[in-house]
Amino acid sequence: MPTGTTDQGVHPSEAPGVAREPLVLNNRSFSWITERICGIVENRQPLGWWFLFIPSAILAGCLIFTLVYLVSTGVGIWGMNHPVAWGWDIVNFVFWIGIGHAGTLISAILFLTRQKWRTSVNRASEAMTLFAVMCAGIFPGFHVGRFWMVWFLAPVPNSNAIWQNFKSPLLWDVFAVSTYFTVSVIFWYIGLIPDLATLRDRARTKFRKLAYGFFALGWRGGNRQWQHYEMAYLLLAALSTPLVLSVHSVVSFDFATSVVPGWHTTIFPPYFVAGAIFGGFAMVLTLMLPCRLIYGLQDLITMKHIDNMAKIILLTGTIVGYAYIMELFISYYSANKYETDAFHLRILSGPYTWAYYCMFFCNVIAPQVFWFEKARKNLWIVFIIANFVNAGMWFERFVIIPTSVSVDFLPGQWGLYSPTWVEKLMFAGSFGLFMSLFLIFLRFLPVIAIAEVKGVLPQADPHYHDWKKLREGRRSK
Amino acid sequence: MGNIFPRWLNLLPVQALIGLGGIGTLAIAVIWYSFTPKYTRVGYQPQQPIPFDHALHVGQNGMDCRYCHSHVENSSHSNIPNAQVCWNCHGPGKVKSDSPKLEPLRQAMDPNYEKYTGQPIQWVQIHETPDYAYFNHSAHVNRGVSCVECHGKVNEMEVVSHEKPLSMSFCLDCHRNVESHLRPLDQITNLDWSAHGMDEKDREAFYAYVADKAGKPVAEVKAGHEGKEWSQEAMGAYLKDLWKVNPPQDCAACHR
Repeated sequence: MPTGTTDQGVHPSEAPGVAREPLVLNNRSFSWITERICGIVENRQPLGWWFLFIPSAILAGCLIFTLVYLVSTGVGIWGMNHPVAWGWDIVNFVFWIGIGHAGTLISAILFLTRQKWRTSVNRASEAMTLFAVMCAGIFPGFHVGRFWMVWFLAPVPNSNAIWQNFKSPLLWDVFAVSTYFTVSVIFWYIGLIPDLATLRDRARTKFRKLAYGFFALGWRGGNRQWQHYEMAYLLLAALSTPLVLSVHSVVSFDFATSVVPGWHTTIFPPYFVAGAIFGGFAMVLTLMLPCRLIYGLQDLITMKHIDNMAKIILLTGTIVGYAYIMELFISYYSANKYETDAFHLRILSGPYTWAYYCMFFCNVIAPQVFWFEKARKNLWIVFIIANFVNAGMWFERFVIIPTSVSVDFLPGQWGLYSPTWVEKLMFAGSFGLFMSLFLIFLRFLPVIAIAEVKGVLPQADPHYHDWKKLREGRRSK
Repeated sequence: MGNIFPRWLNLLPVQALIGLGGIGTLAIAVIWYSFTPKYTRVGYQPQQPIPFDHALHVGQNGMDCRYCHSHVENSSHSNIPNAQVCWNCHGPGKVKSDSPKLEPLRQAMDPNYEKYTGQPIQWVQIHETPDYAYFNHSAHVNRGVSCVECHGKVNEMEVVSHEKPLSMSFCLDCHRNVESHLRPLDQITNLDWSAHGMDEKDREAFYAYVADKAGKPVAEVKAGHEGKEWSQEAMGAYLKDLWKVNPPQDCAACHR
């Protein structure tokens, strides 16, 4: 923070035209922030919470039902068959994994780059990351057919003398996603500890006190604890940062390292990462826009935050659009018959061409309205565009995964794919699980990092002595 | 509300870590051992309808495995003999024909017996390959893999039991290291055979067999090996080369 004064003797943070928009509006105090955020957890939930939670829980139940049905019957109840063996299950896996990426970007990269606006959205987006990765993990886990054999993926010496194929990107995927989940959980939990202690200290019932006290790990907020805590947080941020780039790159290798036209593309890793951040921010906005209204958090999650996220969506959406067009150009430029045919079918005369244009409109054209400040300031437009992006990113994975394998080298291997009701219900159910977990998170844990938000208030950084001394120095002259 | 955690709880994290570590180690150890065929299959020794004594028939009387398990060289499946095979020796007026232990045999075979049913003897299967694993007996016994490799020394068992784990790694250990397990074809059913134990006569028979197979004079085959003691590895490597044994290790070899 710069210190000193302007010519008028005004503190820089108050100077017109120089000052940044404050991160917390209406000059809120420390106690207001504590009361407002802890209040969400301590008071009865508003009606809106129940309106969202009950259908979500029902849908999550549907997911459990379809999984039981799947395990008891076999993967034949899915619509996949030769040649499309990767259908909605893998589409949904990549979709959910992608959504997780915004959480890590906000929590780690924006932390290392000292983007202070992250503080009021990082907790919720990290939670969103965890729940999205949980939803993602379900699909490939059950895709293997025998869920109880999933342990074969772990390199454990066993009486079958099976050893994993370390040349396979599918195995890298297992390690990438499980590392990502583990690091994200630890990072999220470390960030929660001071706030859990706040909730513990405010608890009025014995059970709450025990529960929050247990997870607060005896946090007292002493200097030494803060010192260790901040070092741990910094190290974890550094550890998570490469994961933002690596996880979705590895997911893209599942496709890019194969020889299927439409998958075999070197642009995939950066294109997938940009798409993941794009889709992740759209999901953060989808969750946080209603959340800030329902719980009255407009002073903490301000128009500035929404504006920043809309700009990131515009940037990453445009990168994704560039990747789409570059894919088309390369397939033309390669003069490879199979490659050109695959993209010809994708954009002109294929059975799934409609999906390509859904994707293109939702991901590339729709976000362009964010060039206009008015659109970024209109919450309805932001919400609608964010949902276009959610849908568009799902369509992107659909366009890449089943449609590429449905038509490959030999006409004898061509075949169309359409999902059964089980796959559709599973997808809906995964949304139910995601929303249920997120709503339970809102109910029991502080949705905004209380301690961190207090750190970005002007009161936390007063420059009191400097400022006074300077003013007095000027007067005595 | 004041502090509700007593002071002794400060030790809880350490205790919990040690406890969970111990439980975790124990669980891994238990699963590692007892969830494998080494534990679940080895030692299985069911009671058979007739207490057929392999040690007596094979070990003392010197019967060949193939007298009863007669399809083993020609079929993927090694058969359990039908009651007629037993009846060959234990029929009326022959060996121990009125022993009470042979009652199920008389029920199956003797029409004059008052409890005659004509139904086969209900032998209990001990060694069982899962349905998803393809195993061919003839492919193995015709390429120098003895019965003893998978079934143990049945010629010494009064009651047959499951001696080897027959897990997937058991199969692969041999497929990956076949030299340690091959022997001349005329010794397949000689469960006591070992390469070190071959005397001069056995070796002569072996050279004659090799010469016959290779279509060469015996002297040429013997050249350089006179008086040589064979080790299992040398013998196995020699036979592997002779027969061009190349055991498959891909998944589809057994999981077809």
